[in-house]
Amino acid sequence: MADFFTNTGLGIGLLVTGQVMLILLPLLVCLAFLMYADRKIWAAVQMRRGPNVVGVFGLLQSFADLLKYVVKEVVIPAGADRAVFLLAPMVSLVMALIAWAVIPFNDGWVLSDINVAILYVFAISSLEVYGVIMGGWASNSKYPFLGSLRSAAQMISYEVSIGLIIIGVIISTGSMNFSAIVAAQEGAGGIFNWYFLPHFPMLMLFFISALAETNRPPFDLPEAESELVAGYQVEYSSTPFLLFMIGELVAVVLMCALVSLLFLGGWLSPIPFLPDGFLWMFLKMLFVFFMFSMVKAITPRYRYDQLMRLGWKVFLPFSLFWVVFVAFAAKFEWFWGIYARWPVGG
Amino acid sequence: MTQIDYSRAAKYFLLQDFALGFALGFKHMFRPKATVNYPHEKGPLSPRFRGEHALRRYPNGEERCIACKLCEAICPAQAITIDAEPRDDGSRRTTRYDIDMTKCIYCGFCQEACPVDAIVEGPNFEFSTETREELYYDKDKLLANGERWEAEIARNLEIDAPYR
Repeated sequence: MADFFTNTGLGIGLLVTGQVMLILLPLLVCLAFLMYADRKIWAAVQMRRGPNVVGVFGLLQSFADLLKYVVKEVVIPAGADRAVFLLAPMVSLVMALIAWAVIPFNDGWVLSDINVAILYVFAISSLEVYGVIMGGWASNSKYPFLGSLRSAAQMISYEVSIGLIIIGVIISTGSMNFSAIVAAQEGAGGIFNWYFLPHFPMLMLFFISALAETNRPPFDLPEAESELVAGYQVEYSSTPFLLFMIGELVAVVLMCALVSLLFLGGWLSPIPFLPDGFLWMFLKMLFVFFMFSMVKAITPRYRYDQLMRLGWKVFLPFSLFWVVFVAFAAKFEWFWGIYARWPVGG
Repeated sequence: MTQIDYSRAAKYFLLQDFALGFALGFKHMFRPKATVNYPHEKGPLSPRFRGEHALRRYPNGEERCIACKLCEAICPAQAITIDAEPRDDGSRRTTRYDIDMTKCIYCGFCQEACPVDAIVEGPNFEFSTETREELYYDKDKLLANGERWEAEIARNLEIDAPYR
């Protein structure tokens, strides 16, 4: 039996498909409830009730929405490029989903344990902008086009600083593999061994860049309901719109996973004598998602020039300085060697 | 050489605004909700609330409306149409009393003009329909409304009476 799954082509195919399903299905189910949580938190901050009609406390709201989107009519504008128009949301969703292939949820719980995992995630999340650009262009309408242009410029700007922030973590660890990065954060100190302490400013920068990267408020300029109506999504309806929305949320949750893995010790337990495990990873992702939701609820939208100024004039120099600083700190083992984790990790 | 405002710069880099906003937002999460659970609970209405129209009857079942057409005359939107002729017993009654609810601006002049409190705007505001035609109310519909909402209407008129 084991031989069938490891040696024959069909067996390997089945095994991988099974593993993919094992990641995708729980992820998408969680996503429905995260979407609900997002709305509930947003509502609570504004002293509203939020969705509370479908199911107990409105828990099934997302499923009702899903059903609604699927049964609606797909409207394709007459001037649109049909093929690209329909391809765009799929690109958006697929790009968001395949990044999960390298995300470990626990020690060894990873679909593809490649040694350049961070680079892979980084590359995939850069490709996500194509879905948005294609959608904006294929709509053949001015607001979507403006929205997609904004999105492209925004994502490129913030990817630069995200890249530099990640380099700091990579230098500390000496590996690009997520499991190695988490392993490097292990130690007798529990929570105090995680990267968020030595790399604290970068945690903040990464979080804010992640907001910009995933088009979340206060950087939701590509959508900007009040000026661009809904940006690149204006002409979308029904299932294509749903795909865009799921893709966006999957990207948000991916960023939650990245923050947890890179800075919050992944599946490591914060208290030394408690066992590590998937539950910690899950709780950390939930915590980061809560922060994402709170930011959405409490911040007004940035102006576009402010966004660009923040990206290029504040984040880029700061993260660049940090890379140099971490390089020296790691090489000469400053601060009792907290920046040099090669012996523990990779 | 411009002066650098260090305390402002420090606040900026320490995300002070964000931290304060977060604290404020978090505090508000546990405040009582400002919204009502609408279809299940409704906000309070003034006795003077001007909602859906109704034609009232006297307690003995007689129609109040005497077809004086004051409401028709005063209606600024000209939403009311009345035809009248003497009934068999010689009293003057309407044969037709139509209100085009799509024209009505809910100003309440009709109930102000009415000398016998026949046409009133009741407390009902949930009378949306799926077709436009359903909003062309005729006499039967208005009298039915009067029967349905009589208790609330009478109470509202009584509460408001001292101020008239």
